[in-house]
Amino acid sequence: MHRNEVNTRHCRNVNENPCNMCMPMGGILPFKGIEQSMVIIHGSQGCSTYMRRHIAEHFNEPVDVGSSSLNEKGTIYGGAGNLKQALDNIRKVYRPRLIGVLTSCLAETIGEDIDGIARDYLHERGLADFPLVTVSTPGYGGSHAEGYWLAVKRIVAKLARPTEKHAGINVIVPNLSPADIREIKRILELMRVKYTLVPDFSDTLDSPYTRTYKKIPEGGTRLADIEQMPGAAATIQLGVTVDESISPGHYLQNEFGVPLYNLPVPMGIENTDLLVNLLARLTGGKIPVILEQERGRLLDCMIDSHKYNARGRSVVFGEPELVYAVVKVCVENGVFPAVVATGSRSARLEELLKPVVAECPLEVRVVNEADFTRIRACCRDMGVNIAIGHSDGKYLTEKEGIPLVRTGFPIHDRVGGQRLLSVGYVGTTMFLDRITNTLLENKLKNYRSSMYQKFYRGVEENNQCSVGS
Amino acid sequence: MERCDDMSTVNLLKDQLVEERKSFIVVKGRQKNQLKCEADSIAGCVSQRACVYCGARVVLNPVTDAIHLVHGPIGCASYTWDIRGSLSSGSELYRNSFSTDLKENDVIFGSEKKLARAIDELVEKYNAGLVFVYSTCVVGVIGDDLEAVCRAAAKKHGIEVIPVQSSGFIGNKSAGYRAACDALLRLIELPAGKLPGRTAGSGGRSVNYLGDFNLAGEAWIITNYLKSMGVDVNVVFTGDATHQSLKKAATASLNIMQCAGSMAYLARRMEELYGIPYLKVSFLGLEDTSASLRKIAAAFKDPEMMRRAEELIARETAGVRPVIEQYREKLRGKKAAIYVGGGFKAISLVKQFREIGIDVVMVGTQTGREEEYQTLHDIADDGTVILDDANPSELEKFMLEKGAHLLVGGVKERPLAYKLGVAFIDHNHDRKHPLSGFVGAINFAREVYSTVCSPVWKYTRGMGGVLHAQE
Repeated sequence: MHRNEVNTRHCRNVNENPCNMCMPMGGILPFKGIEQSMVIIHGSQGCSTYMRRHIAEHFNEPVDVGSSSLNEKGTIYGGAGNLKQALDNIRKVYRPRLIGVLTSCLAETIGEDIDGIARDYLHERGLADFPLVTVSTPGYGGSHAEGYWLAVKRIVAKLARPTEKHAGINVIVPNLSPADIREIKRILELMRVKYTLVPDFSDTLDSPYTRTYKKIPEGGTRLADIEQMPGAAATIQLGVTVDESISPGHYLQNEFGVPLYNLPVPMGIENTDLLVNLLARLTGGKIPVILEQERGRLLDCMIDSHKYNARGRSVVFGEPELVYAVVKVCVENGVFPAVVATGSRSARLEELLKPVVAECPLEVRVVNEADFTRIRACCRDMGVNIAIGHSDGKYLTEKEGIPLVRTGFPIHDRVGGQRLLSVGYVGTTMFLDRITNTLLENKLKNYRSSMYQKFYRGVEENNQCSVGS
Repeated sequence: MERCDDMSTVNLLKDQLVEERKSFIVVKGRQKNQLKCEADSIAGCVSQRACVYCGARVVLNPVTDAIHLVHGPIGCASYTWDIRGSLSSGSELYRNSFSTDLKENDVIFGSEKKLARAIDELVEKYNAGLVFVYSTCVVGVIGDDLEAVCRAAAKKHGIEVIPVQSSGFIGNKSAGYRAACDALLRLIELPAGKLPGRTAGSGGRSVNYLGDFNLAGEAWIITNYLKSMGVDVNVVFTGDATHQSLKKAATASLNIMQCAGSMAYLARRMEELYGIPYLKVSFLGLEDTSASLRKIAAAFKDPEMMRRAEELIARETAGVRPVIEQYREKLRGKKAAIYVGGGFKAISLVKQFREIGIDVVMVGTQTGREEEYQTLHDIADDGTVILDDANPSELEKFMLEKGAHLLVGGVKERPLAYKLGVAFIDHNHDRKHPLSGFVGAINFAREVYSTVCSPVWKYTRGMGGVLHAQE
């Protein structure tokens, strides 16, 4: 029986254990993927410190983020002075080639005009051409997912110049692991695509150990490449859940006429086929043998594991874009989802999920704007036995005994979040193995005792010896 | 990297730092000790400090059976959900992070009603006797009357609903400690039949233990030591504390205070209000642990208690000392940098490093107080860099300059140390092993050894393995 309930609680009074973070948190990440860039949060000191802590713990990398350190005086009389001082000090110590300025709840609530302050600053310092990218990211304005996309859009909008047409392809990625970004680049290179990938934090947030430390790590999308994005032959954006108003791909299409191909994250065989086939079509090239082999190995893996996977009843939670991709992997492999949840508010995700959920043999509960107390309750109701999502789902294991396959952001109670590979045929294979092995581990851990409990009834009582009674 | 000459460090101060930061840094023996501290962070200096709300949440969160409700947009609750290692012997309610999850409309039209409904829902669902309502930046600006909402809710449900004035912009982390202490003071009841300011001595041999958050059971460890000396711990502020145990705090005859940065204000107020004197203690390291136990026994002027304290110290030290000695042999001559939250911890760490044969070459804190920096200056070796409210580039600069082999710090400092090829000790609130007392002294020495003497450094320093092309 299908009963695909969509559950949205827009007027809830209290969030119990959040499944999302705030807008500026998401806004920091893209700036970390632009070459030689720094970012400042216009607000009180705590915002940047908390977010640095969260990001640093996930990536195991130093994450420097400035703050305008607004105090009571700045809050009452305006924070322009603080923000300008922050810009001066960041420029002095880090010598960045681009600075992002994100607002916090506080700056937005007191009505700070960051565009005006930025304009004044550049004028006063005689830095007319310096790229200062302002992004309005009030914490109450959306989740970190929206903050991420808006920041990418603002970076592109700031740097993009009308430019000669060229054969390059723009690739815009959501919040993936550095390992995932590297895999997407490898596929692009295998397909001989000339590309500009934004934002590219594959090196900056997973930097190799070297003998000399750099305050701003090497890597990131080159500013000159972003300038040329309007001349590209196409944009491939891995962002099917993204609202058009914050979509960098739509911006490039509307402003510069760059054709946009909005694709899901290439996880699962269908989603990866979509990307590889599109690349083949755009470049007119053949699909290299190596990718065909990788696809074949994924199919082999899917067959090997399908009966184990059939025992899985999953909950998938996290950022909308990743949730959609993970659900696709689950459905392709019979680890049918019972609960699908995001802490963000995404009407698009709901729409996209409808046909996918229709393929599921049992009821699927989709929860928008979820918190973990609600997710836990749904998991109990629906008999979930495997969870797939970020570390904040840890109570599903601790309190409900549901094992958690960690993926997405943040992963702060395990090492290696930055190294988790889950995209492309190779990544999907590894991701699927993690899911299957978790199901196996859980089964092997319990089956002896559970079978004993279930079936063993002991020796008939009247046959038992009654020594001593 | 070899230690550079001290004068070059002083020159470095002059040349490469943000101008406004220079007064926050001194080099012992090379400059007058006029360190600036207890001031606002400077914009754009990438301070390692968090905010007022953070300070308040750190202190109050270990109260196990309270509802911790963050009144504000979602981020503040997200970033503080169960990130600390405080343990509970009972309720697990404190391991939830509740938020009113304010949205744009709430900010425009006010959010008092939403807050009231949130409290109603939570109290009904979790049947708690205590709610802490934390104010955040937005709430401080839009002017919700937190007091009024909390008062009404307390009356309606017949429980304690305590507002915590922790809007991020009203000061730094220390202001949050104070806001938390104010919230705690509202809970404490005057014992029946006692006059204000006349409680001292009524509690016999019972003490309150201030400034231990029961990370990895540390408050339990210390409580056991005190019990074996004949001292009862009335309540710990705030490790494994409950609503009811905090209420009875005024029945103790003595406050012993560890984390002075967060608790000095509470200790002073309890002395004024209930006549309970306080003693500063520290249970980090052999030296401080033993000295603190003796100090407590001496405060009760009881020879039997002093005898039992000596017995405990002798017994525990006999077990710990040989282990420490082994590590000391291996660690002798190594150099440490310290960057931690509060002054008490920094002071204890300097002594504790000496116990294991390590020199401290840099020491700083996020929120140390003037008197604590004076102590640090007194006990530090010549040439030690002492700094307040440091940032990553200063930490980098001085660690390299002074040739530190390891850094002690929190989550944000860890990857910086590792990227510099420097060993690291997690001395923060999310650790899962105790560093207090005698058992903690062994854990500490073992952790220092395991990071400083790890085989991995052989490779990062180019002493083991090399790529062929680089030979």
